Parts: sequence; structure tokens; C-alpha cells
Amino acid sequence: MARYQNMFTQVQLRGPLEAGPPLPPGSFARGNLSVYNYWAGKLGAAQIGPIYLGKLGIASLTCAFLSFEIIGLNMFASVNWDPVQFVRQLPWLALEPPGPGWGFTLAVPLAQGGWWQMAGFFMTSALILWLLRTFRRAKALGLGNHVPWAFAAGISLILTLGFIRPMLMGSWAEAVPFGIFPHLDWTAAFSIRYGNLFYNPFHCLSIVFLYGATLLFAMHGATILAVGRYGGEREIEQITDRGTAAERAALFWRWTMGFNATMESIHRWAWWFAVLCPLTGAIGILLTGTVVDNWYLWAVLHGYAPDYPSTGVIDPATLPGAPQ
Amino acid sequence: MRGHWNSIAVIGGGTAGLLLLAGCEPGAKNVTQTGYRGAGLDQIVDRSSLAKAAAIPAEPYPLPPDGGPTAGESYENVRVLGAVSKERFDHLMAEMNQWVAPPEQGCNYCHNPENLASDEKYTKVVARRMLQMTRTINSRWASHVKDTGVTCYTCHRGNAVPEYKWALAPGALNPHSILGNKHGQNTPDANVGYASLPSDPFAAYFEGKGNIRVASSEVFPSSKHVVSIKDAEKSYGLMMHVSSALGVNCTYCHNTQSFRAWNLSRAQRGTAYYGIRMVRNINDDYLTSLASVFPANRKGPQGDVYKVNCTTCHQGVSKPLGGISMIAQAPSLRGPAVEPAGAAAGAAVPRAFNQPGAMTGKNEPAPIPARP
Repeated sequence: MARYQNMFTQVQLRGPLEAGPPLPPGSFARGNLSVYNYWAGKLGAAQIGPIYLGKLGIASLTCAFLSFEIIGLNMFASVNWDPVQFVRQLPWLALEPPGPGWGFTLAVPLAQGGWWQMAGFFMTSALILWLLRTFRRAKALGLGNHVPWAFAAGISLILTLGFIRPMLMGSWAEAVPFGIFPHLDWTAAFSIRYGNLFYNPFHCLSIVFLYGATLLFAMHGATILAVGRYGGEREIEQITDRGTAAERAALFWRWTMGFNATMESIHRWAWWFAVLCPLTGAIGILLTGTVVDNWYLWAVLHGYAPDYPSTGVIDPATLPGAPQ
Repeated sequence: MRGHWNSIAVIGGGTAGLLLLAGCEPGAKNVTQTGYRGAGLDQIVDRSSLAKAAAIPAEPYPLPPDGGPTAGESYENVRVLGAVSKERFDHLMAEMNQWVAPPEQGCNYCHNPENLASDEKYTKVVARRMLQMTRTINSRWASHVKDTGVTCYTCHRGNAVPEYKWALAPGALNPHSILGNKHGQNTPDANVGYASLPSDPFAAYFEGKGNIRVASSEVFPSSKHVVSIKDAEKSYGLMMHVSSALGVNCTYCHNTQSFRAWNLSRAQRGTAYYGIRMVRNINDDYLTSLASVFPANRKGPQGDVYKVNCTTCHQGVSKPLGGISMIAQAPSLRGPAVEPAGAAAGAAVPRAFNQPGAMTGKNEPAPIPARP
């Protein structure tokens, strides 16, 4: 029985490699590369390949490569093409958006933010082309569009941060730089500029869905592993043909919290939590600076900022004769 | 076999856990609560990384009593301290010798030994301006230096040129090229606590009068408050400098609930407000005015004079020299009695910030419901 209580997948199938259903006419051929890999089988399916890239996939990867190269070469140039400094300073290096002086000019000179615009354009193109590819692959396999729509939700947050909100604010300088530490410092500066993002209710919702999705995933993964000994991993069959695994899992949650999701609904819960995380986040970003300029004061206005006792300190700038 | 793999997993997981802990600082901490409970208002300092208190040098000889002929009557060309008694003037000269002049040169670092009154050495002209500056700091800027005051030693610490200073950064060779151009940020720089923030906040805020306040004083956007996130990053960089110069974190002054709200801030923020204005005053009126006096080897890479920032005096501690006052042994540096900047009280505060509750008609903290 102990074999169900393990960090890694214990069962690996071996047989003729699975090639998948035939492709519709007009498609590229799938690659022939298909192998079994023991270590891949520890984490997921042991079969790797065949890969289908297609026109959209190739176009997407080309755009992603261009974006990646523009960002990397700009960072490399910023340390005077010194490979040692490039590696040592990599977490600090960045490709910055145009400064506030450029407003929302569509074609800024390359060295002053044009490269950032170009990297952003190719990154967005890569994401959208990949989104279309997932739609097409889902259709080719006769699937629903749940994966493409979920991916689109993530893209909506990226586009809001890097394009839609800067457009509404009329300034590229509002957008996020490319870079490891720089985008984190940008995030902190964004919150400071707009008076504490934690008071933005959509930021609150986004955090709820982020942590909520993690919690749901942990609960669901644990439940299915725990009833694996009764065939619980056959979740989809058990939606309609409820077996002892589903009964036991459901009863477990009713005993512990009085309510249980079903074999079907738990996946809807997970999907909506995951999708609402970037969607509510995007709404919160979109409202910041356009509709609300200081979230702390907004929270005070609506009576939900905790009221701490005043320290009695007065802004010196308001005192007569104070240096400005 | 299963047991074997499980042990590998356990060992691997344990190693990963230890690696994650490597970012932690072991050792005893000093913990001080600095504000209302539950808001993270505290200072947690690792005792082993506390800045060492600087040694205070002994006086060259005990301070002579006031009185007798003045320095102006006794010496020629005494322009700042002419009204000070000769005995005390001599005492101050001996102290300046100890605090500032390189030991191998002594008095001759500033004076021509043949003619002590001569202004032929640039260092003497600089020293005179610095005396005026010190007296201004101790009088006009009592709002920042309080009764502790400053002396030459607060910055110089025995060096002819203070150790911590700044000048304009060299900047990119060609601002229209990406080569070697980091737009003044994205460099591991101690100035801003090794963040990727703009690493030279000094020119904008300690020479110019850049607006440090980036959060809006109004709930809703207005054309009167157009501040870019890039400006917020610059201001943030300056705050990182203040934080590392004083060896404190943000909540030493601010309540992070609202960095801008003064009624949530500690009184230390007011002290810092005057300190920033004091630094501007020193840089604009005293140091930059010496541009024609300093030789090229005493100037920065862009040819501007070296200027002061918070680290010049503070050097990693919230009170320079651990708060020890040296002004009693150099009373002539106190300067004339003037109204310190910003001493007058009263007047309006931006309504929303001083009384956030006023917006909801709720000025008192929310009452705590009685327990049944």
C-alpha cells in the first residue's frame, strides 16, 4: 500500500509509441522523434514526442526568439559586451521602456526605448500566436477551449501592464521594464506611487485567487493521491460512474468541512480560480492611475483602511517659514 | 529499492531546505517596537552587523575660559570668528588641526607658516567657508542637528577630505547609444542598497530640489499630480540611500500603510525632512560656491565639487558618532542665535493626510466593541 504514498509516479507504461490521431489535411507532419524516457516517467508520461509545431508554432517561436535576443543583447550592450560582467550583473540588468518625455509615441528612437517597444511587440506576438496555436491544436483533437481561454487570461494581464494601461495613461514610462530585479523594483515603486496597492480591492481579489488556486490544487492533488488505491485517479470516469474512491474522497471532505466538490466541479473550481487571478489583477492594474490615484486614501474614503492612532506628526512643508 | 529512493528524496529535500535557509542571518538581534502594534513598526538589527561607534578623540587641551582679547584684535584677516576670544580661537585651531589636517602637515596644511594670515593656500579659503557652514548648521538647522550640533569631526573624522561624499556620476559616453548605457540604474550599487533603482539620486534631490513625494495627496487622478513611475523609482532610490546611511529600515520613519501620510509617521521623519533641506543648503550655498577655489584633484569626474549626503555624517548610524555631542568643546561653532528653519508651528496640513478619518466623518480610531 505504501506505493501510493510517494513523491514520484510509480507506474510507467511501455509499449508501441503513441503517435496520436491522424492530422487534418493541410497540416504539417508531426516530427518522428518519439522516445521513452525513464526519468520523464517519474514526473509525467514516459513518452517524449512527437512534437507538432506547425505554422503558428514556428511563427510564435520566431517572435519569442527575437524578443529574447533583443532583451539579452541590450543587456549585454549595457555592460559594454563584457561577458563576465554580463553574467555577474545579469539579475540587475534591464531593457527599460521609454522615459516619460516620450509620452505614448509609437516609434521611439531605439536607444531610448525603441528596443523595449520592439521586444514588447515580439513578445506579445509570440504569446498571441501561441494562443492561436493552442486553439487550433485543441480543435484538431476535438477538445474544448479551456486551455486556450485560460492562457488568454494570463496574456490579458501582460497586455494590460505593458500596453493597455500605458496607452490609457498616455505614457510608455508607466510600463514594466524587462529584467529580473528591475521588474521587482518597478512593482514596489508602482505600489508606492499609487499609495499602497494592497488597498486596491482587485489586487486583493487577485491574491485570493492566487493563493486559493494553490490551496485548491494541493487539496485536489492530495485527495486523488489518497484515493489512488481505490482507483481514484480515474477521475473523469468517476464523474458519471461514481466508485468507492469518489465516495470516500467526498465523505472525507464532508466530514472535515461539511461540503465537498465533485469529481467534475473541483476542476471547474481550479480553472476559475486560476483564470480569475490574472483577470482581477488586470482590472486592478487598469484602474490604478486612471480611476484611482491613491489607493490608501480610497480605502479611507470607503471606510476599510484600519484607523491607527495618529502620531501627531505634522508635515513640515505646511508650517509657515519651513524650507521647501 | 523503494526505501533507497525515498532516502534520496529525503536527503535531497533536506539539502534544498538548508540551501533556502542560507539566506537567513543567524545570531542575536536587537528588536525595538517603534509604533502601533500589528503594523510591522519595528527595527530588527543583527547585533554583529551594527556599525561600530566611532572613537571620539580627546581634546588637544582643556577649553580655556572665555574672555580677554578677541581673535579679531589679536590676529589679522580673521573674518568669521573675529568676535571669539583669542584663547578659544587658538583652541579651535588646535582642534581643527587634530580633526582635519593631515598629521604630517599640521597647521601648514592651510597656513603659510611665514604668514599665518595669508589666504594663499586654497585650503584656508575652504576652511573659512566650512566654519561659516558649520555655524549655519548649528544655528539655522537646529531642526535637524538639535542640541547635539556638529563639529568638523562629525564629517571629517581625521581626514582632510571626508570619506563619504558624492559628485555627479560620469554618465554614459553617448546617451543616444545603448553601449554601456544603463540609464543611471540597474547596477549593483551600495548607494541604493544594491537594488536596481536609479543609483545616483543625489543630483536630483541633494543638489536640485526634485520633488521626493510621489504618492498623490488626492484620491482621484488630477492634472496637478502627474508623476511617472520612473520618478517613483528615483525617489525610492533616495530613500534606500537614507536607509543605508542611517542603518535603519523604512519603518524607522514611515508606517508602510501609507508612506506619505504624516500623521502615521514617526517624528524622525520630520527630522529627516529638515536634514534633506540642510543637505541641499550645504551643497548649494557652501560647497558649490567653492567651485573656483578647489583644484581639479579635489573635484569629481565631471569637474564639479564633492558634495555631502546623509552618509557623510551618519556613516551607518541613526545618530552620527552615536549621538555624542562634541559642541561643548568647540562652542564658537554654535553660530549666531537665529530662528531655526521650520520652528514655527501651526497652519494647515493636507486635510486628507492629517485627518484621514475626516473624509468619513470618523476622526477617532474605530471603537473596539465591548466583549460580552
